Amino acid sequence: MTIQTDVETAVLPAERAARAATRFGEKVRVDDEGAWVVEAASLPEVARALRDDFALDYLINLTCVDWPDRFETVYHMASIQGGPPLCLKVAADKAKPIVPSLTGVFAGADFQEREVYDMFGVRFAGHPNLRRILMWEGFAGYPLRKDWREAYYEDDNKPLKSRWPEGDFFFGEDKIADWDDNIKYPSGYQAEGVESSRADDNIVVLDADELHRAPSGSERLIVNMGPQHPSTHGVFQMRLTLDGETVVDLQPVMGYMHRNHEKIGERNLWLGNMPFTDRLDYLAQLGNEWGYALTVEKLMGLEVPERAEYIRVILAELNRIQSHFWSITFLLNDIGAFFTPMMYAIEERELILDLFEMATGSRLMCNYMRFGGLAYDLPEEFLTMAQTLVDDRLERAIDEMDAYLSGNEIVLERMQGVGVLPPDMAINFSTSGPVLRASGVPYDVRRAEPYGVYDRFDWDVVTRPEGDVFARYMVRVGEMRQSLRILKQALRDLPGGEIMGGKKAWQIRVPAGQAYGRVENPRGELGFYCVSDGKANPYRYHVKSPCFVNLTALAEMTKGHKVADTVAILGSIDIVLGEVDR
Amino acid sequence: MAFGREALRGMGITIRRFYSTYRHGLNLQPSAAGDLPAPAEARNTKVPAGMPTRVGGLATVQYPEQKLPVPERFRYIPFLVYDEEPDHERADFDGVRCTACGICAKVCPPQCIWIVQGKGEDGKARPVSSEFYIDASICMSCGFCAEYCPFDAIKMDHDYEFSSYERHESWVFDLQELLHPVAYHAALHPSDYAREAAEERAKAEARAAKEAAKAAKAAAAAGGEAG
Repeated sequence: MTIQTDVETAVLPAERAARAATRFGEKVRVDDEGAWVVEAASLPEVARALRDDFALDYLINLTCVDWPDRFETVYHMASIQGGPPLCLKVAADKAKPIVPSLTGVFAGADFQEREVYDMFGVRFAGHPNLRRILMWEGFAGYPLRKDWREAYYEDDNKPLKSRWPEGDFFFGEDKIADWDDNIKYPSGYQAEGVESSRADDNIVVLDADELHRAPSGSERLIVNMGPQHPSTHGVFQMRLTLDGETVVDLQPVMGYMHRNHEKIGERNLWLGNMPFTDRLDYLAQLGNEWGYALTVEKLMGLEVPERAEYIRVILAELNRIQSHFWSITFLLNDIGAFFTPMMYAIEERELILDLFEMATGSRLMCNYMRFGGLAYDLPEEFLTMAQTLVDDRLERAIDEMDAYLSGNEIVLERMQGVGVLPPDMAINFSTSGPVLRASGVPYDVRRAEPYGVYDRFDWDVVTRPEGDVFARYMVRVGEMRQSLRILKQALRDLPGGEIMGGKKAWQIRVPAGQAYGRVENPRGELGFYCVSDGKANPYRYHVKSPCFVNLTALAEMTKGHKVADTVAILGSIDIVLGEVDR
Repeated sequence: MAFGREALRGMGITIRRFYSTYRHGLNLQPSAAGDLPAPAEARNTKVPAGMPTRVGGLATVQYPEQKLPVPERFRYIPFLVYDEEPDHERADFDGVRCTACGICAKVCPPQCIWIVQGKGEDGKARPVSSEFYIDASICMSCGFCAEYCPFDAIKMDHDYEFSSYERHESWVFDLQELLHPVAYHAALHPSDYAREAAEERAKAEARAAKEAAKAAKAAAAAGGEAG
């Protein structure tokens, strides 16, 4: 498979619109923000045509918005050769929302459609396995609908009126006398034996129990790995169907750490979401903040001063290095190099976290970026320390790790040829980040749709052709070196001046509209889809989590391998459950 | 055969690092046991300039007898500031800088700040809080309250030792528990305090200049009348 990295070869938006008008006619209407509003019935046809004839072969985001009069599923499709994504919208009836599934066109739609079904109750006709994914089977209600009220619900939006000026403290538990109003179970709900057969309108809703059981009379065995298992990097479960010791099927079970992050985000003020983004992928806190800041800046049309852009690059690349240190050594941990490599990596990581603490006030929960800039400038000592780390220490640490580990025969034996994901599948499964690049696809948001000042630096997109676990490991090692390259240039060119464009304010006016902003996080493409209705809180706040989407391809990678290999394969995807479950 | 070589190599690395801790401990990097400031001093010590680019030696800190110093920007649970000088402009309010404007309570993402606006005997609102609560079990230490406070009245603490045997009442801090003298804030945040002091001075100078100009104008007017 040959892939061109030249952005110009992708079909340009204007040309695309013109060609679409002739091609699709009535089925597609372009709205004033440039999004395509597609008739529900013709969605698979349009998506297929876009994929095959318009080079939009990469589905990067799929979500839904609950409008007062309709549900609107939102799709973002991009070209694997680069360029901005195209937004597709499909309206669904409020009372009985049904939209055709895209799983036949993009395998990567699988989990994302399940999430929309779980959170909004929109059903996808033709989806092979439409079950709840983050909530448990049998949960009543749809937590991201606008009429959903969580436990301790007080008001639709913050700031809450009870806090000021009559803010006499009370405990939430005391205030809410009847729990019945806050937690609802469906009538006849029992924890054991969930009722099935909600099938109507030709939509198959599988019985959860069916998946627990192996077909009767077969030699197959179902094994639950996790949720409390050291290899799952958190509370995550893999339900393996085994034939002997060979994996025949794998069902990831997640949502143990689901906290309805997006609903919290819609109750918060725009600014109030910033510290919450730190808690998504807590190994890439500054990347998360950048993604959110970028999206809101797009909505507001804010300019970021040059110094702030450079500081963002410096912090995000340091972040990438510390995150990759963690993930490659955790992978080695999984395959048996128990904790020794990790301790060496943590030593380096701590030094980077010290820098974060110095600049932002916190090691992990940085809360440093603001719309239009940064909270405060770097302290004086920061640059000298960052310079010593970048020039001297980190490079040696990476080389040392590479020399001792990458050639180790046990490492090679366990990683090479395991969990191979061919490039066309990697794209079709919407994978991103090192997983995609290890399959030989040179797709990196910093190159495909450069944000910040990434277009000014000289660096390479690291790829490997093999597509196996070892390739993913090597891509991460390579990316750490590339990050150092970027850091050297950014530290050299760091300009002086302001760090905040415009006035710093806690109340901001975000004009009505919608925006999708994306950054290349250590784990892949992190996207934020925000819809504003001009009020003080976001109307819709969606996080496209790279870990969550990468997990879609997990079953495909594991089939045919042994149980022990699933640990290595999961480790090579490098999930962070804070972001998977949101 | 090859397998054995790798195993030996691995052990070699471990042994080298093991001995190097002693070498560093004795020569290059003083061990933590003697050189880190005691807890009371640590509070006022900035992070030693020049992070060691080669961390070595016995890197263990004897917590809680010893603590690593934290940088000035380190933030944990907010506190309220009061000024102690008798002639301070907020002297009427016991020097408490907070005017109960409510910005911190509104900007707080987890909504853990509760303020009751103070009232005079006539029932009118006064620029002071009569009650102020922070539920530290909900606080996410984001620092927005300190960042957006227009009066420099709320600041982030460096004290992170809050463990208790109870998870409810002991985590809700009231006004008296939250109040700290300005000297405490100045010791934790020297550069932030210097900025505040400079702003205060500039404001005072501007005020003095304005009053002087006013007085001069009045004098000139009086002189003109007399003349």
